[in-house]
Amino acid sequence: MAAIAHAERLPARSWVARFTKSEALTGYGLISPAVFLMLVLLAYPFILAVYISLTDRVLGEPGKFIWLGNFIKLLQDSLFRQTVWNSFVYTVTTVFFKMLLGIILALLLNQEIPCRNLIRGAILLPWIVPTSLSVLTWLWMFDSLFSVVNYILLGIGLISKKIPWLGDPFWAMVSVIIVNTWRGLPFFAVSFLAGLMTIPKELYEAAETDGAMRFRQFWHITLPLLQPVIAVVVLFSTIWTFADFQIVYILTHGGPINATQIFATMAYDVALVAGRIGEGSAISLFLFPALLVVIILMLRYLRQD
Amino acid sequence: MRRKRLRTLQRIVGVYLPLAAFVCFALFPFYWMLISSFKANPELYNLKANRLWIANPTLDQFRDVFAKTAILQWLWNSFFVSFLTSFISMTFGVMAGYALARLRFPGAQTFGLATFITYLVPTTLIFIPLASVVQKLGLSNSIWSLVVTYPTFLIPFCTWMLIAYFKSIPKDMEECAMIDGCSRIGAMVRIVLPMAIPGVIFSAMFSFTLSWNEFVYALTFISDTTHKTMSVAVPTELIRGDAYFWGELMAASLIGSVPVALLYSFFMDYFVSGLTAGALKG
Repeated sequence: MAAIAHAERLPARSWVARFTKSEALTGYGLISPAVFLMLVLLAYPFILAVYISLTDRVLGEPGKFIWLGNFIKLLQDSLFRQTVWNSFVYTVTTVFFKMLLGIILALLLNQEIPCRNLIRGAILLPWIVPTSLSVLTWLWMFDSLFSVVNYILLGIGLISKKIPWLGDPFWAMVSVIIVNTWRGLPFFAVSFLAGLMTIPKELYEAAETDGAMRFRQFWHITLPLLQPVIAVVVLFSTIWTFADFQIVYILTHGGPINATQIFATMAYDVALVAGRIGEGSAISLFLFPALLVVIILMLRYLRQD
Repeated sequence: MRRKRLRTLQRIVGVYLPLAAFVCFALFPFYWMLISSFKANPELYNLKANRLWIANPTLDQFRDVFAKTAILQWLWNSFFVSFLTSFISMTFGVMAGYALARLRFPGAQTFGLATFITYLVPTTLIFIPLASVVQKLGLSNSIWSLVVTYPTFLIPFCTWMLIAYFKSIPKDMEECAMIDGCSRIGAMVRIVLPMAIPGVIFSAMFSFTLSWNEFVYALTFISDTTHKTMSVAVPTELIRGDAYFWGELMAASLIGSVPVALLYSFFMDYFVSGLTAGALKG
């Protein structure tokens, strides 16, 4: 308000001065670069994705309009249906494990422990390092002949014969789930830790004088107060896991026999390896309903706060 | 006395052991990356040796990586793209974040909502049409395709981080400055920005990390060896057909991981505080 009153009193020196003194104009000026980039490189490609998915475009040819042809074809395709199933298994399992282990890890990190910052840093590392490079290390750790994971498990007697980590459909899915959990756990744990630190200590002290057990304290105080953070983190992770690409691409490339094929890797193979761009775009767009659900839930959740 | 000992035992079983298990799980792949890159091939592929230790440490794998591949070029590409994109995103993010935190104008809420939604959009949803947009702009197969596209997911992130920081700074100071004749922009640059430095550093650093690690766009838009970034070059250029040179792969992965790990160890405190602030406000 002060600024506006000030501007009215003085004769405007130039249009620049008037521009910078007007709140609305300044606002539009400040957001315009971001708006421009987002329109050209996000909104336009999205509309283009919808358009391309309605055509039978292949690499090098524009293709013709076939309405929902690609979507109908995909829904009848057993490989695509397997991809849908795999994506759900991958997302539900990893998000569940990341949430469960994340809560446990956050509770541990919230204790009085020596070298606290060092340990927190170590825990965060899988999330910081380039995923493509750390997943390469996992690929080497799961190597059919030289797997160090088998070496250790055999060594301590947990298994009696080698596990075919990436060579078997079931174990390949287990492998990608382990690696995704490994990579995503730090984000869950640190976010939950931040949530834990905001819970007032007095609540626990009061509970202790009432003689409440540790588990009941967790169930009646910690969990309800942590719930908003858990909800937001789970929603974030759900959409990013559903749309994940690089872990599967590097570790199994969707194999063996498509056992780990998920939306993004299939879209890449169909559009950019096989060159069927229309069909590939349609596969990518199957991620959109999931995104929409997450957006709606997230907005509803944030509005409640 | 016995009670005290029981408590210690309880802590070891209930806290230290599980925590040690988590730390091992988190760090083992890096340990394996490290020792694999300092072993010569005979030791690396010797199943009878103690595989969890190095008998004869050697720099052979690193020498081979530098001699046989364009790794210096890839490192430079990664640095160039990450530095430039985090700078651009930071600048635009500061502008947009300040506007949303302080100024009232029609459409501000819609824009805020749009940035938030954009932040959730996965890159794999639009990478196929974006490849054709990049081509139309004449940028395919050039690192400029990444400089242009990375800000689309970095700006929303920076904007949201900074809104929270800007809002925590009292309004009075910039109002005083403006009464003293400072323009709105002047107040923003001279008063608000210096006070938001922790947020700015965190956002810039995190943008750098996100760019350095980005995979999908870099894989899709760039096919020439010399224009690739580390995250894509190592898995695509060092694996030749079915032959995996694990020593070289691990050495190159280590080289590609160290810059972000270092960056983040220097700014660890900013990082944790920024992350926790973001998690609470997000």
